[in-house]
Amino acid sequence: MSREAERNEAAEETQDATTDGGTTHPAESPLTERARPADEEKPTTGLSGPRPEERPHPTGRRDEHGVRKEPDHGPEPTRRATVSALVEDEPGVLARAAGLFRRRQFNIESLTVGPTTVEGHSRITLVVEETEAGIDQAKKQLAKLTPVIAVGELSDDAVAAELVLLKVRGQEPDKVHAITSMYDGQTLDAGPRTITVQITGDENQIDDAIDAFHQFGIIEMARTGQTALERGDSPTTPGEEPGHSADDTEDDEFTNYDD
Amino acid sequence: MSEPATPEASADADADTDATGRTDTDEQAAQRHEAATRVPGTGADAVVASLEAAGVETAFGVQGGAIMPVYDALSASTVDHITMAHEQGAVHAADAYGIVRGDPGVCMATSGPGATNLVTGIADASMDSDAMLALTGQVPSTMVGSDAFQETDTVGVTAPITKHNYFASDSDDVGRTVGEAFALANTGRPGPTLVDLPKDVTFGETDRPVGEPTPPKRSVPDPEADEEQVEAAARAIEQAERPLCLFGGGVIKGDATEEARAFAREFGIPVVTTMPGIGSFPEDDDLCLSWAGMHGTGYANMAITHTDCLIAVGTRFDDRLTGGVDTFAPEAEVVHVDIDPAEISKNVHADYPVVGDAATVIDQLDAAIGYAEAPDPEEWRAQCAEWREEYPMDYAIDADEPVRPEFVVEAFDAASDDDAYVTTGVGQHQMWAAQYWTYRHPRTFVSSHGLGTMGYGLPAAIGARIAADDDRQVISFEGDGSFLMTIQELSVAVRENLDITVVVLNNEYIGMVRQWQDAFFEGNHMASDYDWMPEFDTLAEAFGAKGFRIDDYDDVEDAVEGALAYDGPSVVDAHIDPEANVYPMVASGAANGLFALSEDQL
Repeated sequence: MSREAERNEAAEETQDATTDGGTTHPAESPLTERARPADEEKPTTGLSGPRPEERPHPTGRRDEHGVRKEPDHGPEPTRRATVSALVEDEPGVLARAAGLFRRRQFNIESLTVGPTTVEGHSRITLVVEETEAGIDQAKKQLAKLTPVIAVGELSDDAVAAELVLLKVRGQEPDKVHAITSMYDGQTLDAGPRTITVQITGDENQIDDAIDAFHQFGIIEMARTGQTALERGDSPTTPGEEPGHSADDTEDDEFTNYDD
Repeated sequence: MSEPATPEASADADADTDATGRTDTDEQAAQRHEAATRVPGTGADAVVASLEAAGVETAFGVQGGAIMPVYDALSASTVDHITMAHEQGAVHAADAYGIVRGDPGVCMATSGPGATNLVTGIADASMDSDAMLALTGQVPSTMVGSDAFQETDTVGVTAPITKHNYFASDSDDVGRTVGEAFALANTGRPGPTLVDLPKDVTFGETDRPVGEPTPPKRSVPDPEADEEQVEAAARAIEQAERPLCLFGGGVIKGDATEEARAFAREFGIPVVTTMPGIGSFPEDDDLCLSWAGMHGTGYANMAITHTDCLIAVGTRFDDRLTGGVDTFAPEAEVVHVDIDPAEISKNVHADYPVVGDAATVIDQLDAAIGYAEAPDPEEWRAQCAEWREEYPMDYAIDADEPVRPEFVVEAFDAASDDDAYVTTGVGQHQMWAAQYWTYRHPRTFVSSHGLGTMGYGLPAAIGARIAADDDRQVISFEGDGSFLMTIQELSVAVRENLDITVVVLNNEYIGMVRQWQDAFFEGNHMASDYDWMPEFDTLAEAFGAKGFRIDDYDDVEDAVEGALAYDGPSVVDAHIDPEANVYPMVASGAANGLFALSEDQL
């Protein structure tokens, strides 16, 4: 008896095809039913049915993100996003965030971390270069980490800054000083052979400054990666409650955005 | 402690499952309260008090140096400990125990190799969203980082495969940490958690009661979905001409089978399940097309290919289900119900995301679908029925040929109770056990899905046996390759006299590899030929279990009846047709609708 026939029989027995938790045996034991020479309808290898080319196939398709696509859909563009995560300041939280990005192959440009105004909370700022779907997934996966309190993506007009230390050859101190002033930088160390300066600014300013200093010969460079805050009244990460590491008070009074 | 789900004897169409809500007796509640408020003596006492406060009845593990204080405290506890032969046995047993009970299973191991032996099972639980708590010993805090004897960075090693893990650093906090880890494992989307327990922390004194196990507040998701999301999804379902329910493992984990069944039946919407979703809908129901994916039924794959509205609940659209994403349900509006927002549009874009608890959201959807507009897709149902006729899972028997594995599975299904638990290893035998056994109840198919861990079946049978009511049967289907990977756990089944039946579908190959080699590697059977297998029935006897052997069809009946009747662990060494392959088969990355019915179609 085929499974289909069994199923039909079972359906006839019980109008709504529910089970009663009891044992039901097929009318015939499969042993008596099946242990006989092969009948011609059932295949001895594989299964019967229309071959792949004999079946109807829908024409629609999806792209690599599972979105149903227009026929002339090209590769999806990537964009840069700055993501801010408010986290519990506990050992390993940075490793968890970094490990997540490595494991899921999110393309990460920079990652910075530092304290916030709330004891026990830190802010991680990440710059990622991903497709729209990739950025969405990166934010969601980050938010899923247990020590992560809140995740926000910064708008285009957010304030962002980065710091770079540049050690250049010291043969032309006046010129170096002029370029440093031009970028509102500071000289941290000046000797007969090397000069070390500090430049802060947004990513483009830093890139420009590095280009400008190339003429002197850059010996060493250290760059922090971008950190950022939302402009004006907008909180950088969406409104969150105090984490369990902070004092759990039912205090609705507004103190700061990191609370 | 919650009871395992038992099918209720009832004529009511919608009451054929029993949710596994925690139903404490007064006595149990009093015991848990006592444990939560008790003054412990040491960190280890606090760990054990925390397990008791969480209602843990059983833990699986292996002793060792760094975990000894915890074991010492456990000796005076109400928590039963099952010593396993290998830590991999402990973690899979805990995993299966949790699946059957609907509460996190607990496993324990010492530091270093003990902890690393848990890794496979933790990864398995992570892939399948199984709630589980792992407790690992660790060298004393003062020695951490010194590459001390049996030291491994367990928190580092398991970070990518746990929902969250903890390094206990203080005797006063360790009990609460264990409670939090237990609660977190079963909060929202379930998953494995781990607490690493340095020996000085468990040895250290504390008089701080552990309190009730409480998850971190932020980790508790809102069960209700956003009303706008629900409304939008409801409109999409109303307009569908070929709607299809896709029930994943989340339906079972969310105890939503009752709601899911009622929903599909109310609107007459055909149902396919994923492999982890097997049992969420009775496979002998007319609406059920069994499961879709790489080795799913032809009719399920046809339905999923041609649906115009896929109502997916608690599934993560794994590649074994979707085949190539470009051809997956290419004409379907996708309604995706999930408790984890990160699953929405991860693999397949959700046109209608609905984030919330499966049972709650299904009820919300049900209420939002207007009766006047409610779908009753009669033609579509007829089409699905036609596909079921066109692509039957039938096979021929020839008494003179080697025994077909499908026949062995069906023979055990026919001879066992409807509510029996089936566990499996991974490979061809797992697919046959999934295809040719008719599942009717949630939590009855206990398998390794996402990770595909060979060796899962026997320890899982041990965990399921201990978790299940005594009157429920436990049958484990194994391949010869899978069985050999954790066969040492048979000693545990014998020691505990566990009534389990292990059925080894023995083809002296790692058959799924051999099948792929035949299809894609010109039949070059490199390292897949297992003609060196021991006699499993004789080996079972050496362990002290009962051995049976099947060589041809005449042996089947006696072996089936004998093995099921034997009150203790029995092993059936079923020598099946070594050339038998699993069909239907969707080649990796191919379209579900192009499933092959035989090798020449691959």
